[in-house]
Amino acid sequence: MTTPPPAVEMRGITKRFGSLVANDRVDFTLDRGQIHALLGENGAGKTTLMRILYGLYHADAGDISVGGQSAVIRSPRDAIALRIGMVTQHFALVPPLTVTENVVLGHNQGVRLKLEDAHRRVSEAAERYGVDVQPRALVKDLSVGERQRVEILKALYRDARVLILDEPTAVLVPQEVEQLFDALRRLRDDGLSVVFISHKLREVMSITDRVTVLRGGQLAGSVQTSETTPAEMARMMVGRTTFGMPSLDEASSTQPAARAVLRLDGVTAVDNKGLPALKGITLDVYGGEIMGLAGVSGNGQSELAQVLEGTRLCTTGTITVAGQDVSGADPDRIMKAGVGRIPEDRHASVVPEMTVAQNMALEHLGEYTSNGSLNRRQMRAHAEKLIAEYQIKARPDDRIRTLSGGNMQKVILARVMERNPKVIIVSQPTRGLDIGATEYVRSRLLEQRQRGAAILLISEDLDEILELSDRVAVIYEGEIQGILPRTEADPERLGLLMAGAKDSPQWA
Amino acid sequence: MGLKFERNPAPVWFRPLIPLLAIVLTFAITTTLVLLVNANPLQAYYYFLVEPLSSRVSVIEVLVKSTPLLLTGAAVTFAFVGGFWNIGAEGQLLAGATAATAIGLQMDGVSPLIALPLMIIGGFAAGMAWVLIPALMRVKLAIDEVVTTLLLNSVALLGVSALLNGPWRDPVSQWPQSPEIAASAMFPKLIPRSRLHLGFILAIIIIVIMWFVLSRTAFGLRMRAVGMSPHAARFAGIKVEQTLLISALVSGGIAGLAGVSEVAGIHFHLIDAISGGNGYTGIIVATLGGLNPWGAGLAALFIGVIDTGSQSVSRALGVPVYLGDVILATLLLVTLAMLLLQRYRIRWVRQP
Repeated sequence: MTTPPPAVEMRGITKRFGSLVANDRVDFTLDRGQIHALLGENGAGKTTLMRILYGLYHADAGDISVGGQSAVIRSPRDAIALRIGMVTQHFALVPPLTVTENVVLGHNQGVRLKLEDAHRRVSEAAERYGVDVQPRALVKDLSVGERQRVEILKALYRDARVLILDEPTAVLVPQEVEQLFDALRRLRDDGLSVVFISHKLREVMSITDRVTVLRGGQLAGSVQTSETTPAEMARMMVGRTTFGMPSLDEASSTQPAARAVLRLDGVTAVDNKGLPALKGITLDVYGGEIMGLAGVSGNGQSELAQVLEGTRLCTTGTITVAGQDVSGADPDRIMKAGVGRIPEDRHASVVPEMTVAQNMALEHLGEYTSNGSLNRRQMRAHAEKLIAEYQIKARPDDRIRTLSGGNMQKVILARVMERNPKVIIVSQPTRGLDIGATEYVRSRLLEQRQRGAAILLISEDLDEILELSDRVAVIYEGEIQGILPRTEADPERLGLLMAGAKDSPQWA
Repeated sequence: MGLKFERNPAPVWFRPLIPLLAIVLTFAITTTLVLLVNANPLQAYYYFLVEPLSSRVSVIEVLVKSTPLLLTGAAVTFAFVGGFWNIGAEGQLLAGATAATAIGLQMDGVSPLIALPLMIIGGFAAGMAWVLIPALMRVKLAIDEVVTTLLLNSVALLGVSALLNGPWRDPVSQWPQSPEIAASAMFPKLIPRSRLHLGFILAIIIIVIMWFVLSRTAFGLRMRAVGMSPHAARFAGIKVEQTLLISALVSGGIAGLAGVSEVAGIHFHLIDAISGGNGYTGIIVATLGGLNPWGAGLAALFIGVIDTGSQSVSRALGVPVYLGDVILATLLLVTLAMLLLQRYRIRWVRQP
């Protein structure tokens, strides 16, 4: 008996979005009865590849075959006909309808809906696949984990033999993760093939048979899970062959001040859905030091930045800036305490419709007011001074939204740095910037470090972290996983910490 | 083939032309209606636009008609600039009118120097009070103010009706109207033997102050930041909730003044038709004026012209007075569509 053809085979898949190459000649083979992890950092192209398989995107080049037959997948309808199902991170359920109604929606034959039959068939399917849901329950009453099961059931009810799960554990609590894994194992034993998109090494190790790693849109490797280690996967994910070339030469390194300027002690916070995002962050940043915060995105970095920027409240814990307690302070008080903030989302930290001069003055309008009216000449002069000093290509009266990303970032930089802050919170400072602007921003940050500012640099760009930081802290699921001095922070160790492996002595 | 919207801001030189273009388009569209009643469109538009400005008497009438619109338009402009979508100027106007009547009825034998400021302050406070609940609900509970302010308009109207048919019913009149307010509480006339009154000056003063606050003060800049980009405003340390609350309350107060002005300047007693939709027309004024105080001023005067014109066109050509309303409504829709075009460009594309 010959070996059966793979469930899905993708060859040389290339997908461009404008100038961005999301998938670059990617090969992917999914065998029958296999749970296959698609691993990679955010933006590595995992979801794009699977959206192509499900017909949501169209590949610019490459071939797909399903069950040994060459296939053209133009839409999810085609994918469903080929018995491929996908559960995305955003569920497509109708909350006021029952589980059964959601499952059969768009899939019932004939005009009349025989609800009793449908209930029976849905509960049969649920039982057969070991997916535990009540057919008559209203979806709006279900927990996130249960809703996910309904989505899986929906795919199974359509006879899916290939199930794509896009970061299924991102929305689940640990117990639900276990239930999901049990269900997936049963499905595998039943001969289904599962694609499990993830960036969490621990889960990949525990559930999958094979791992394909993508990095920057390219295939970084594909191995049997049993033949690999978390360290090797981390290396493939992060994939730096050379260790960073520090632009921080030892000569320029200043002696950090003895006292921490920014102190976080047991800081917790919740995300927009009310789920814990920060679970007791304790961190000290000294004057004259850049502390890099590395981590796979979505592990609490944004929430931590927002807490320190004053736009999100911490639930417990204390934050002090040069001895002054600023826990729960609003942006105004945080700025007055000497914190400069360069946020992740540039466009949301300036008023796009306002001018450069207005945006530069907006945080401190009191200083531009005399006799109750704004001194517009002073605002203009201030803007002209900063524009010259920071080499911004703009005029004071230009609206901010007309500026390029680099110039917009320079405006924000100028606004922060002219006040000589004691602490600088900076998130993704060079995201989307060209090389020139990137170099400029980094050199300005180093200048501030030289001046004695305590800088917390939050970045998903590991090269950037390695290039600028004196120490590197790694955040994973809202906790600091470890703090390494720069000399000990190599990509492999960081990658492991980023993927959730606890600091343990046996590697090296 | 299909229509495609592209984000592509109109060039700067084009923007001031938008209201003019909107007016031309509106008249083009409404021509059909004029033809339906067998009138000559050119003649009709002559009566609409030129006639009202051709004699001293009718110019004064235009100013009288514009007075409440200047105030409600200013009120709506102020709220919209601050990011508070106040659709309740109508109700706030009625609240101001009710307060003005209540005060005016007690002013017998009081000097106008005391009575008039009292009327103004009372009306402003009543307008503020009427918007206070929706404003607090928006700020504290994130409840959409469009719905709450709109619904409170009916509540205000029914409240006025209840007053007029109950405690305030004028015993000598068969109509549901309040007794006349004291003479000292009446706004003085600006021109003898005309209807133009102090309210017009009050409205101009409000617009000048509003222009100054919005474009020349720190508070105005903060308020605009909150209106344009609340997230960035919060990031910049601006107290977003407090600023929203102030925008809402001041807006309500100004709308309340429109009520004072109608009671003390025109009717001298409260009737339930005291507003005649001026609160809603204020939204048209603000939008047509591009959320700019001067723009709102011009828009109010323009609508005053159309309003006056609709009466002369009806007298002269037998076109129903309501055509004026249709023109205004069309104008609002066209203006809104034009504002969209200011930000987008429509293109035909061939489907791949």
